Amino acid sequence: MVQWSDEERTIIQDIFSKMDYEDVGPRALARCLIVYPWCQRYFARFGNLYNAESIQNNPLVAAHGVVVLHGLDRAMKNMENIKSTYADLSVLHSEKLHVDPDNFRLLADCITIVVAARMGATFTPRVQAAWQKFLAVVVSALTKQYH
Amino acid sequence: MLSKLEKELLVAVWDKLMPVAEDIGADALLRMFTTFPKTKTYFSHLDISPRSDHLLSHGRKIVAALAEGARNISALTTTLAPLSRFHAYQLRIHPTNFKLLSHCILVSLACYMKDDFTPAAHAAMDKFLSAFSAVLSEKYR
Repeated sequence: MVQWSDEERTIIQDIFSKMDYEDVGPRALARCLIVYPWCQRYFARFGNLYNAESIQNNPLVAAHGVVVLHGLDRAMKNMENIKSTYADLSVLHSEKLHVDPDNFRLLADCITIVVAARMGATFTPRVQAAWQKFLAVVVSALTKQYH
Repeated sequence: MLSKLEKELLVAVWDKLMPVAEDIGADALLRMFTTFPKTKTYFSHLDISPRSDHLLSHGRKIVAALAEGARNISALTTTLAPLSRFHAYQLRIHPTNFKLLSHCILVSLACYMKDDFTPAAHAAMDKFLSAFSAVLSEKYR
């Protein structure tokens, strides 16, 4: 069972309350596809991913980035129960989408970088630690139903 | 590995960082100790509290080595040979930790450079840090 301190809960909720999902989502997913190009293997139907500019301007990438952020929002609203909240999503990613779970960590790292760039100095080491703990729990929940 | 454009991007990023290089080093270390507490086990002999002398001087050392590597990218193995031997035979830091510090360096850069830390700069820096880490752990076995 994951234990959250009051400070960690406040930090996570605070980050989400100040976040523009329509901005962070698309940027984070685009960054992931640019920095870790092998992740593009899961997005063949998204069309033009030929270079950084096409990826950043691709509307399907942007839309999917927003979907990912709304998924994280669900985890934030169910922090005591992320594992069960994500059970179906985990089955989807393993049985239908066949995503190598090591890639979840790469997207999580890119989300962290984008949030860090947005928050600047207010993304202190303590805030980073709480945020990464949250994302680690999310990644672990997504990987849970793989077998 | 690194294209000509990426090498130029790296030089540009390091130039922008020079005024705050020491702070970035200490900041990255502090982020790593806070987010990944197991990394503190390698520093039980030092005072690594925020703004301590040890933290600042260690941050400085790391950034100086990175800058030296960035200046000699085509000859990383020879440039880093002494550091590589040091890490293999004396420090023996578990190689997974290089990834943790590299990640925290990227986060420090993102916080400092904000939108200037473009995906292209991020990719170039990530590749450089991976290459750097690989050379540092090259002599492990």
